[in-house]
Amino acid sequence: MLGFVIQRCLQAVAVMFAMSVIVFVGVYAIGNPIEVLIPPEAPQDIRAETIARFGLDKPLWEQYFVFLGNSLQGDFGRSFVYNMPVLELILSRLPASIELALAAVLGATVLGIPLGIYAGYRPHSAAARTLMALSILGFSVPTFWVGLILILTFAVSLGWLPAGGRGETVVLFGIPWSFLTPNGLSHLLLPAVNLALFKFAMMIRLARAGTREAMLTDVVRFARAAGLSEWTILVRHVLKLISIPIVTVFGLELGSTLAFAVVTETIFSWPGVGKLIIDSITSLDRPVMVAYLILIAFLFVTINLVVDVIYAALDPRLRRGRAE
Amino acid sequence: MNGAQSPLAAFWAEFRENWIAVAALAVVVIIVFIAVFAPLIAPQDPYDLATLSLMDARRPPGHVGSGGYVHLLGTDDQGRDLVSAILYGLRISIQMGLMAGFVSLVIGTTLGIVAAYSGGRLESLIMRIVDLQLSFPAILLALVLVALLGQGKAQLVTALVAAQYAYFARTAYGAASGERRKDYVEAAAATPLSGRRIVFRHLLPNCLPPLIVVATVQIANAIALESTLSFLGLGLPVNEPSLGMLISNGFKYMMSGRYWISVYPGIALIILIFAINLVGDQVRDQLNPRLKR
Repeated sequence: MLGFVIQRCLQAVAVMFAMSVIVFVGVYAIGNPIEVLIPPEAPQDIRAETIARFGLDKPLWEQYFVFLGNSLQGDFGRSFVYNMPVLELILSRLPASIELALAAVLGATVLGIPLGIYAGYRPHSAAARTLMALSILGFSVPTFWVGLILILTFAVSLGWLPAGGRGETVVLFGIPWSFLTPNGLSHLLLPAVNLALFKFAMMIRLARAGTREAMLTDVVRFARAAGLSEWTILVRHVLKLISIPIVTVFGLELGSTLAFAVVTETIFSWPGVGKLIIDSITSLDRPVMVAYLILIAFLFVTINLVVDVIYAALDPRLRRGRAE
Repeated sequence: MNGAQSPLAAFWAEFRENWIAVAALAVVVIIVFIAVFAPLIAPQDPYDLATLSLMDARRPPGHVGSGGYVHLLGTDDQGRDLVSAILYGLRISIQMGLMAGFVSLVIGTTLGIVAAYSGGRLESLIMRIVDLQLSFPAILLALVLVALLGQGKAQLVTALVAAQYAYFARTAYGAASGERRKDYVEAAAATPLSGRRIVFRHLLPNCLPPLIVVATVQIANAIALESTLSFLGLGLPVNEPSLGMLISNGFKYMMSGRYWISVYPGIALIILIFAINLVGDQVRDQLNPRLKR
């Protein structure tokens, strides 16, 4: 087991290294940062001084190694636009995104799984068919459009909920949170529903597919033969059988929800990292783009590593199969 | 079902049992038809700036514009007739979806089958890269690529393909590595047939069913992804408004109650994606051997 963990960790480090090269070189290809940094009428000596200060006069590989060394110490450079350390900038925006993503994924799971189990338990009932059609609708409707409709309905027409921003926040552990005040909650609701819709549809489908297969297994047959009620079978056995893939997806989705939040955050002016990356792409703020992509890659590599290790801990066959 | 039916006829007979899927298929066919013939159907060429008049800008549905005809769905901020803009937008969306879907299908399938057939180092290299990419959200990848490559149809298709080929590769690999161990492949490998012939003539046809399912879903995804990128202002150039860009332009005017610029293109987009997904869902259920008694 230890060997497996070490091997996977080394792999993760190699992947992170490759990602950092790709991201750095890739982002380097966008535009010329000098045009963003220096006004065209600036005198030559200020130009040269600025270029030297950001290290833009050095060859690409040297810039990369300076960047690598610095970022390993947690220094991703300074944002061209905000003129503050990038890491600080991203960390200050991250709690808002995490709050939104957690609210969305939790909501989608708590509501989606019971409905999915029902749809899998009675796959041919009218309710299940409607549910499935609705879940496909949830997949089909682009997130950004749902966001618009939510704003149009609840903010513009009905005027019940605010259309954007985070609202009042309460500082807890040194971080501002929206969900602790009624006003903040009202701001959180629409973006969370918007972000949750896709996950909700996915949870329904996942739970349904798992339940349909689980209902055909011997576990259910024997449980029925033992005279257990259908309710007990569903809650005690089927839920257990389908929970492993659902837990995996839950973990993976939490990460991808952060990424998907790009769209939702832009529409609802939610001050999270997603809005930050879109703003930095449009303003060619390279240090922010690079740092964001590397942090996201780090997040995904870590999630995958944890999932793999947990799987190996749960299933010895995987441990042996992969480590050899 | 009698035994004399061809597989295709049997497939259709089963498909026909789900009336929702049949209706969805009809909708897809109709939308593709009106998109292909958009220049003949649309009252206006929305790309021809000479026919646009700012006098007609942001008029509500039912307004009779300077062109002398009724704007059934209103006009956008450039004075474009929304019916025409939606028809042309659907054209672009379908075009992008099909191109991205087809290129990813070819690239992904080739990679997946080659990985499964060759084995060894090449297999682990290809599949590592594919798995790595699958763990990374497609939308971010496409977002960054479009930002890097700039605007335009070719750039957009490249970004969509890069974001999607991995799904095909994974599926093809899964199907092909299952088929590879079967006797008919072993038997073909024992003959002097070339590796390429075995892969394309023997392995590939047997891997097609799951790939068809993935292809339907991915075409719908490509269309949604394209509109999302356009909405964020990173998709196609402004002179060829796709549905996403129409919606994005309309967003600015929504707060003042001019809902139609965003809402109607969105409805068209959803009907298209929804219908494709409904068809794909039925096909998936029919091709899933685990659901057969």
